[in-house]
Amino acid sequence: MSAASVIADWSAPNQERARRLLETYPEERSAVMPLLYLASLEHGYLTSAGMTQVAQLTGLTSAQVQSVASFYTMFKRDHVGRYLISVCTSISCYLLGADDVLAAVETETTARDGTTSVDGAFTVEHVECIGACGGAPAVQVNYELVEGVLPEKATALCKWLRETSPDVVMTDAMQKSFGGVRSFDWGIGEEQGAVAPVPAFGPYGSTGGESAR
Amino acid sequence: MSFPLILTERMTAHPADSHRLDRYEATGGYETLREALGAMKPEDILEQVKAANIQGRGGAAFPAGIKWGFLAPAEPRYLVINGDESEPGTFKDRQLLERDPHQLLEGAILTSFCIGANHAFIYIRGEYPKPARRVQQAVEAAYAKGYLGQNILGSGFDLDVTVHLGGGAYICGEETALLNSLEGQRGEPRLKPPFPAVEGLYAKPTIVNNVETISNIPWIVANGGDAYAAIGDVDSVGTRMFSLSGHLKKPGNYEVPMGLTWRELIYEVGGGIRDDRELKCWVPGGASAPWFVAEHLDTKVTKDDCARAGSMLGSGAVIVMDDTTNVVAAAHRIVKFFAHESCGQCTPCREGTTWLERILWRLLNGAGRPSDIDLLLDICDGISPGLAWPPRMTTICPLGPSAVSPITSIMTHFRDEVEAMIPGLQEVAHA
Repeated sequence: MSAASVIADWSAPNQERARRLLETYPEERSAVMPLLYLASLEHGYLTSAGMTQVAQLTGLTSAQVQSVASFYTMFKRDHVGRYLISVCTSISCYLLGADDVLAAVETETTARDGTTSVDGAFTVEHVECIGACGGAPAVQVNYELVEGVLPEKATALCKWLRETSPDVVMTDAMQKSFGGVRSFDWGIGEEQGAVAPVPAFGPYGSTGGESAR
Repeated sequence: MSFPLILTERMTAHPADSHRLDRYEATGGYETLREALGAMKPEDILEQVKAANIQGRGGAAFPAGIKWGFLAPAEPRYLVINGDESEPGTFKDRQLLERDPHQLLEGAILTSFCIGANHAFIYIRGEYPKPARRVQQAVEAAYAKGYLGQNILGSGFDLDVTVHLGGGAYICGEETALLNSLEGQRGEPRLKPPFPAVEGLYAKPTIVNNVETISNIPWIVANGGDAYAAIGDVDSVGTRMFSLSGHLKKPGNYEVPMGLTWRELIYEVGGGIRDDRELKCWVPGGASAPWFVAEHLDTKVTKDDCARAGSMLGSGAVIVMDDTTNVVAAAHRIVKFFAHESCGQCTPCREGTTWLERILWRLLNGAGRPSDIDLLLDICDGISPGLAWPPRMTTICPLGPSAVSPITSIMTHFRDEVEAMIPGLQEVAHA
């Protein structure tokens, strides 16, 4: 089956991205993880159909692709809310009160750790170290980072997401409004961010905002 | 204290826009590449990197020049840059990726030229989308200016660079797990040998180096290996990025020369303990490292001095805990991390880390049993026989033994506090 017919239901730009990703690597199998992100973006999360498409694109079996997808925590094989709130509870964030941040997020979103709120707005998860230890406690929204988030700021962040329902969540904008101490000087900001609970990266089609190409 | 800066000079002098190509070029960027491609042979670069004696900055501290020298003659060859920074407490590569991506790229091009690679991969953890965007922008800008692609700067040397995102798995920071992941497989470590320099990506000769290691290469090539080796301490040369976190007044990344004491690093560089409280202990080199206590404050911050004191510099992550810390709870957090991140291949690690976490959890919840201390140490011994340092291995990679470190640390330094958490234990002991 040709690549084009396998992913005929994907958006034209994402079909083009898939084609380029398959050409980028010396062996097509290396494109599996990038394609799993693209499939997640297309279907809202990583569906069985999405994994089968990725298998057909890379010449693997569906079982092989599922075995890869299930190894990594960032490939969500079940429904995810519009905003994925990841609260770091590893050692450095723990020492500075991360458990209280998680509790505040659970309360405000009505989603317990590991679940999705009834309205589908939020999925909440605790995560292992996200490399923001100098700016602990840290939170990510659709993998966009906010550092120095105290419980009351975490509550305000979730409220803001519900009330304004932004199409693109941007790390620099959120840091300005809800963040505190940072791991380092971020310098000038970028007006880019995530359009879905998938890491926002141009070649994977998940970046939104100004100069998103 | 003020120190000469190698890695962070540009971002310190130009904090707003150190990531941009125009700033990079205006501050001497890509000049080293231009000169090297015109005047140097690959073996000249190797000679400088060997003379620099830079130890890999990912955690294992293996000398980069020696690693490059192991490269098998087969072709094609690959350079893979490890940006899967996931060791709890570590956030230095995030800053180097985000704030000076062209420095990394220039290092990648020089290294690829040296080892004869025409395709380099930068594997960045999936939780770092902004650093990945910054590096991708830098790659695109470098292609546009002829620093990447075909016939770079008219030298006849070709190089493509691909930025690849991980999927949220700490174990992919282990170099062979990273290669499996980059091949589109589960990120499970491979048995070594063969080492990646002989059979790496697609079973071809591959050099895997950390982001910080490669970011040092432009300076080393520009100033010479001897100049680099003159910085720092005799057994650990150069500067190093330390990620300071926990109960400190001034957490953050600091580039300092090797060979300070821990007292200087914690109290001067890190500003001391928050609210001027007492220091209780610290993790000296990422969550895998055995902890240090006050008696180690005058130990030097070098690879060998830390090894002699029973720990390691690892990834350069220093996690400081003050006297308010429940050390059993802190150890539990670290063990929980390893239990979550165990890839599951090796039984001692998969089962052992899980049981260690459960037993610590019941201690924390008042349900500890008098036999639990021996049981914890017995499980640790099953993962890493003899509880020695450096650890003996029953597993393919060091993840399992890493989970042993926090437990031996609290048993060595805070056994009273562990015993106090177990109902009835101290009464029995003192009866």
